Formats: sequence, structure tokens, C-alpha cells
Amino acid sequence: MRLPTGGLIDRDRTIRFTFDGKAYAGHPGDTLASALLAHGVTLMGRSFKYHRPRGVWGLGSEEPNALVELRSGARREPNTRATVAELYDGLEARSQNRWPALGFDMMAVTQAFAPMLNAGFYYKTFMWPAAFWEKLYEPLIRRAAGLGRAPDAPDPDRYEEMHGFCDVLVIGSGPAGLAAALAAARTGARVIVTDEDARMGGRLLADRAEINGAPAHLWAGQALAELAAFPGVTLLPRTTVFGVFDHGTYAAVERVSDHLAAPPEGMPRQRAWHIRARRAVLAAGALERPIAFAGNDLPGIMAASALRGYVNRYAALPGRRAVVFTAGDDGWRTAADLRDAGAEVTVVDARPGAPALARGVRHVAGGRVARAHGRLALDEVELTTGQRIEADLLAVAGGWNPTVNLTSHHGSKPVWNEELSAFLPGAGIPGLTPAGAAAGRLTLAACLADGARAGLEAARQAGFQGQPLPLPSAEDEPAAIAPLFFVPGRASTSFVDFQNDVTADDIALAAREGFRSVEHAKRYTTLGMATDQGKTANVVGLAILAEQTGRTIPETGTTMFRPPYTPVSIGAIAGHHVGRGFRPTRRTPLHGWAARNGASFVEVGPWLRAEWYARPGEKGWRDSVDREALNVRANAGVCDVSTLGKIEVVGPGAAALLDLVYANDISTLKPGRIRYGVMLREDGFVMDDGTCARLAADRFFLTTTTANAGKVMQHLEFCHQVLLPHLDVAVLSVTDAWAQVSVAGPKSREVLRGVLDDAAPLALPHMSVAEVTVCGGTPARLYRLSFSGELAWEVGVPAECGEAFMERLMAAGAPHGLAPYGTEALGVLRIEKGHPAGGELKGQTTAADLGLGRMLSKRKDFIGRVLSQRPALVDPARPVLVGLRTRDARQVLRAGAHLLEPGAAPSTGNSLGHVTAACWSPHLGRMIGLALLSGGRDRHGTRIRVFDPVRDGDAEMEVCDPVFLDPEGSRTRA
Amino acid sequence: MLIPCPYCGERGADEFTVIGAADPMRPEPDAPMEAWVEYVHVRDNAFGPHRELWHHVHGCRQWLVVTRDTRTHAVHGAEAARR
Repeated sequence: MRLPTGGLIDRDRTIRFTFDGKAYAGHPGDTLASALLAHGVTLMGRSFKYHRPRGVWGLGSEEPNALVELRSGARREPNTRATVAELYDGLEARSQNRWPALGFDMMAVTQAFAPMLNAGFYYKTFMWPAAFWEKLYEPLIRRAAGLGRAPDAPDPDRYEEMHGFCDVLVIGSGPAGLAAALAAARTGARVIVTDEDARMGGRLLADRAEINGAPAHLWAGQALAELAAFPGVTLLPRTTVFGVFDHGTYAAVERVSDHLAAPPEGMPRQRAWHIRARRAVLAAGALERPIAFAGNDLPGIMAASALRGYVNRYAALPGRRAVVFTAGDDGWRTAADLRDAGAEVTVVDARPGAPALARGVRHVAGGRVARAHGRLALDEVELTTGQRIEADLLAVAGGWNPTVNLTSHHGSKPVWNEELSAFLPGAGIPGLTPAGAAAGRLTLAACLADGARAGLEAARQAGFQGQPLPLPSAEDEPAAIAPLFFVPGRASTSFVDFQNDVTADDIALAAREGFRSVEHAKRYTTLGMATDQGKTANVVGLAILAEQTGRTIPETGTTMFRPPYTPVSIGAIAGHHVGRGFRPTRRTPLHGWAARNGASFVEVGPWLRAEWYARPGEKGWRDSVDREALNVRANAGVCDVSTLGKIEVVGPGAAALLDLVYANDISTLKPGRIRYGVMLREDGFVMDDGTCARLAADRFFLTTTTANAGKVMQHLEFCHQVLLPHLDVAVLSVTDAWAQVSVAGPKSREVLRGVLDDAAPLALPHMSVAEVTVCGGTPARLYRLSFSGELAWEVGVPAECGEAFMERLMAAGAPHGLAPYGTEALGVLRIEKGHPAGGELKGQTTAADLGLGRMLSKRKDFIGRVLSQRPALVDPARPVLVGLRTRDARQVLRAGAHLLEPGAAPSTGNSLGHVTAACWSPHLGRMIGLALLSGGRDRHGTRIRVFDPVRDGDAEMEVCDPVFLDPEGSRTRA
Repeated sequence: MLIPCPYCGERGADEFTVIGAADPMRPEPDAPMEAWVEYVHVRDNAFGPHRELWHHVHGCRQWLVVTRDTRTHAVHGAEAARR
């Protein structure tokens, strides 16, 4: 029920929501859990393995039990903790892992099989027959176990990435966090304060305590107002720091719109923060741990600190008769708060001699809860003495686990503290100081003092000056504790890890079977391996393992925490790097022109390139490609080659650098001339090929293949800076500066005459370069070189002039039959000419394999020189580049087919190589291809079996020279 | 992770690429094949401080020698590879 007064909720406004289809109401400030508890709803879900009824255990993100499914359709979100889901109007929530209904779950019969489903059951049961595992057992288990359902439509929401910089990052905004933030901010440091909660203040909002003589939440409000007024302070509520990375980098996720039905226009759902902090204060508080006893998972059984949080912050009291089972003083605070809220309270204090710390409650000194009774919710508590107490609430105060999780993200193990019966941060992480409850200071005054100390120290270490300021006045409440983890009894229903359904029995079994190491026991029982990473479970499990193996807790050791602290949606990590944003599309400067002229485009790495230009009446892509290729051979064609990597190498040392990079000689190249060049990797294989134009004695212009542009640029920088640092040379990427086209075909000289301001450079010989102007003064470069085997030039104009130049060029070329051609026709032309490209430059071919062996210089050192001569790379049996010719126009040849000796059995061992490229050659009227064939040079003129079983190809074809057209090169030199 | 680029200051590791050990030196042109095999293929698996070649590929495009402790990721310094 909702208490008539109190709580930090806005009672003037009502929020309507549904849970399992039933309508409820709550108030702004409520979570789904608090609103349901205020309606007396304690049953919220079914457990993972045994389908046991479960309700809320905790108050925040540590919640192991109350996992629900929120929203519907593409925004359906499984496994959301009801304790952190803020209410909004129209919220739809559903329970999970039950059928047909939460109150009546047929799957709960699995409890009857619990003895078969204990620790490591999947290693022991269902072993045979083996075939049954995949077909029967696994599908059955998968259906019965598991949590929520993932959405089945793409995520409609946007996520973004943010970089934050600060001097002091404060993680958590409870008493220690706020004190730390104030101390740091007052020195002038830039401070970022994060808190998981929508409302900052931590336990100050959940406990009845006083600071400066007034309710503590009022002090929290003042502190936050003061912080907000500092220009250098950023307050990030709804933000979880989930990982600590190297050198003061913290990853956080901010839930920007999760408290709304849908993100507002232009807003992301969540925002991933990369925070770089000089220093950080971990004020993440502490979490109360359960005590294992029979039936300790029934709805109505909650952490004592959580229950009083629901009472104090949300004015929600989900029962009338409460038992507080405590191992220390802290449970008494819950008892007093429950009493004042109107509940009938019995305190069962496990410590025999401990005094009563609250009046008006029944006190069972030295008592222990042996068992909780009830079907779908608690109705009776049984003590070890046999005494039974009717109760609908059982608050369990088993002691505190400081939230040390982030301090072990770099591998530092927490250290056991006997006095507090808790793990405290170990060596931790440089620059990250735990403070307050996270550092084992478990009282209010101590938290305020420790926070202020840590905040000031962090700011000083970050280079700021400041003195300690007076602390707000507060009391140190009683906080003694006597460790109690487990009440012996029916261990098979004494739950340790609620989320993974791990019981005290499972841990005992693991210990009996020899899993003594904590890491082994964890994996065998799955303790602490659920989505909550055992925030409430680990220490209890460890204590039971220690007892079972006759060791102390420090001797037993502990497991470590890894990022993320709480589950993080993949969307938040991906940010905007999804769909097209995953790899932005690059368009050439001529893209618009191509699109207007009928091009269809193909992805080539990040680029979109025109693949062909369809014309009316053409029935398929082959019609277009054949026409384009034939037109190049008969008249002239123009192709956009702007995607080629373009690099300028400038300076007195340029030639020497390129002599090292290229396998062939570059320094002997005369200014004004171009050379085809091949680069090797240091291991001797070909890395890339392209052209190298010497614009002047100290200036070269290189082209690379489209795919390798970035890699070659990096390689050149490596060769210069690391290998030849004494050279005076600069390497510049100019790919984006030029729109470049190839104009190829017997009439290309006439075409270019129409755009060049001075036609004289057209007389320069093959493999020459000239700086020219076009179209009345536009600077351009004219490279006479050919990839197609025809008379050809490449023309480069400034990128911004590309489209205008294209229009002028097409107009000038119209009388000569100039037509654009795309990458498919380019491929046909290069295969007809036997030029290696992507399929052959695959990182496993040598220059000799490609017929370029003679290019390797004998007169200089170059990258890859020595290892290109290692025995395996000069083996005569290596597959080398050959041509393949079909025997008639009907034969089909496909890239990827294997080559076999005619008559040899098809097998991997008998494969002599494979087809790397194939096309229909309109020039030859049949399909041709390029292949890498073992001993290929001696096989020209013989037949080979081309075997392609995946696509039903099996035929004999003729091996030939890879150059199908004009081997003398007379067309190119025309 | 932060790399203290001598040209740009401390920058996030996502601006860099790393190719591994900085110390193997490219052999002299007349060195035997074994020396080249060693240079290209054989690397120590350092446990502790390790000199590595990092490229500030999304920054100043300089190759750096970064000394990084492989156990802790502590970076003890970075200098230009061209020295």
C-alpha cells in the first residue's frame, strides 16, 4: 500500500501503466517496482531454471529477481530490472519466463526435477544417447529455461557517442559522492558526477537520517544546487559508469530517453560516454547481501535496506506484518522505519547478546530464520527453534558488500576485511580512489568525511589548490555486524544466486566434487554468472564454499569483476556506427554526372562506382557491358578512375624513397615520363601495383589500386619515417583532390583535342605526363597510359571541376562516338589485355607468378627483395598467371573454378590452381579468363579441366598466354 | 588508452594503429636470408616494457616508438620513430 504521507514522489500527478495487462497507477518519481509494491504486488517474475515465484529483492541496479519485459514491438526490451525502470504514462510491462501466467506457471514442474538440474547437470545428465542431446534435451531445456524474449524487429532508436573531459570524475552521488564533488568543485576543478538513478542523492533519498539538523535529502538537494551552479561541473543522472579503461578512461552509458515512451524528436535513446578523467572518486556505495536459508527467494523477502528505501523514498509499504532478520545493527533501522510506517515488526537478531536498538518492536535475540513458507508470496517465517511467525514481509540484513566492482576492472583483487566481514578494494586502479561505503565507511558521518577527503585529494592530484572545508554535521549510526551467510537446513531451496538459481546445495555439491577453487566452483555452478554478475550472490556463495572446504574466506579467495558493471545495450556501444554509418559511402566527384547518365552503381570497398550505363532497349547488363567494351575498341570510351589512390611524393629524397618502395627502378625514370610499378611486401609477395609519373626531378605522382590506397599511403610513411628517416621528402595523399578519367580507344586523341587548350602534348609518346590546361584555362594533368590496351590517356582535373569537365568532354567526343563505360567493361578490357587486378593481387602471389618477375631490379635494394627469392616463392611448381579460352561461344567459365589435369580425379590434392577472373569477351565472341595455374607457362596451348562442382561446371578449356589482344602493344602506341 | 604523441599531445588509442615491436632493424642489403626471416617473422612476446611502433593514422600521421608495459598498459613515453 501507499503510505498517506511522505516519500519523494509527486502525488499531484498520476501515471497509468500496465503489468501483465492489468492497469495500475503510480506517481512521478516512482519506479515500476515501487509502484507495484505500493499496490501490494510482490510477485513479479519466475526464476531462470526452476520457475520459482520471485519478487523484488533490491532497490537499484543490483536487482537479481524482478526482471520484466518492457514495451512492445521493435522496442520490446527483455530482462529490465523493475527497480530501475522509471514509470511513464502508458508503460507496458510483462513478467517473463512463465506459461501460461505468472500466478500459474506450468513450467514450475521443473522444481520437481531440481535434483537432476543441480550444479553441472549438463555435464552429467542427458549424456546419452548422444543424438538425443541436440534433438530433444537441448531444445527442451532451452524452452524451459531462459529469461525474456529479444525483440524481433530492428531497433528503431538512435544512439550517440559523447566524449567527456574532466579533472575529477565522481562515480555515485550519495553522501560520499556529493561531498567529494563539492570538495573538488570548490577548488575550481572540472568535475563530472554520475549516478545510475534518475534522482541524485543515493542513500540520502532512501534513509531517514539528518544532516545539519534537517532531513538528509534536503542537504542532497542543496549540494546538487551548489554543484549545478559551478560552470565546470557536469551532473549526469541516469548514467552508469560501467567500465574503467586505461589511463583514466571511463565508459558510461546515459539513459537519455528510457524514462519516456519513445525518444523525443532528435534525441537519442541512450548515449555512450567516453570520459577522460585525471582523477576519479569511486563513491558507488555498498549493496546489502542476502542470507541463505530455506525458501529465502519468496516474494515478500527483500533486502532490509531496500525495503526501508521503498518506505522512505516511495512511501510504499508492500505488507503489514514484517520480520526483520538481521546479522547486525543496520537491520534495526529498517525495523524502526517499518514500525513508524505502521507495520507490525519482529526483529530476529542473530546475535544473542545484541541490545534492542528500536522500541515498539518484538525482539528475538539470537534467533535465526530457518525457513520461509508461502506459495506465491511469503506468509510465515519459521525460526530454527521451530517458532513460527505470520508475516508478509521479511527484511534480510546480511551485511554489506562495498561496491568495489570498478576497482577490479584492471585485474586487482578485492581484499577481505575481517572487521567489516566484507571485501574492500585491493590495489585498485591508479587514479581511482574509493570513498565512502565503497571503501568500507558504512556510516553517514564517515561517508561525508571520507568523500570530502577523497574529492579534495583528487583535485589536488589533478593540479588544483584547496583546503579542507567544514563538514556538514551528521551522526555515525550504529553499524556493528556479526557475519552470517547461511542458516543450515533445506539447502536445496536456500538460494545464493537468485538470478541463476544457484543454491547452497549446488555449492556444497561442487565442493564435494572437488571444485575447490573459487574460479572452478563459479563456472561449475554458474554462481555469479548471470546478468547481475552476482552483485548480491558472490560473497554468500564464497562463504559457503569456504565452510565446505574448511578454509577461511581469504584463503578461498574471490572472483573478479569485469566490465560492464550493469548490462549495456549493444546499440549504445555501436552508437551511430550502424547501417550506412558503419562505413560511410564515398562518392567520386563524377558521381552526380554518372547518376544523371544512366549509371548503376556497385560498391567497391567504401566507394560507389558506376558499373555500366544502360541504354534504352538493352535487355540486360551484358548488352550494356558488351556495347561499352566494343565501343572502346572501335571508337572511344571514358571511365571514371577517380577512386584510384593518388599520392604525391615530393622532395630531394623522393626518388630514393620510391626506389626502396617499388621493386622496379624509379630513380632512372626521366621527368615527364611514367612507369608501371609493382610494390612488394617485405615477405616477398606483391602488395600493390600502379603507375608512377615523374612530374619533376623531385616530384612524383603515384596511383594505387582503389582497395589499397590507404595501406600504400601508410606503407610509404613507414618506409620514409622508420626506414629512411634521413631523406628529405614529403608524402601527400591527393586522392580527393582530383577527378580523374580514362579516355581510351582509337579515337581518343581526336576526343581530347576538343578539350585541351593546346593539343601539342597529345603527341608525347606512350607513358608520358604533361601539365596542361583544358576548357579554357582549367589546370589539368594529362597522363598517356593504358589499362585497356587501347590508345589511351588519363586526365586529372581539380575535383570541383569534374562534372563540368565531363560535360565538355562528352560534347567534344560525341562526333567520335565517345561513350562512358563502367567497371564491368573496364574488367572485360583488362582481362582481354591480361592485366592483373584484385583477383590476382590477393596477397599470395609473387611478381613472378604474375609474369612481372623481370621487373624486380637487380641494381638496388627494395622492400621484399630478399624474401621474394626464398625457395617457396621461386618454386617452379607455383601457380602462375595464364589465360583460359573456352572452346566455343556456349562454354561457360567462372571465377573460382579449380583446374585439374584432364583425367585426374577431382580432389584438393590434384588441384593445379584456380580461375581468378572470367568474362564474356565481346571482342573474341566467347568467354575468357585469367587463372593461376601450376607450371602454367609451359602449358600454353594445352587443355585443362575446369572443375566447378558447386555450380555444375566441368569442361576442358585451352590454356593460353594471358594477353588475348595485341600482345605487341601496337594499338596502345598508335 | 592514451598515447602521448610528441606532436599532438595525449590522444586516445583509437586514433592510432600499432604494428608491434619497434626494435627489429631492417637488415643490411647483403645480410643472409636468415636475418631477413628473423626480421619479418620472428618476434619476442614481451612481458613488461615493450617498444612498439604506433602510427598516428587519424592525427599527424607520424610513426612513433611507444614504450608500453604489456602487463599494465602503462605507457612510459613516445618519441618520433624518425628520431
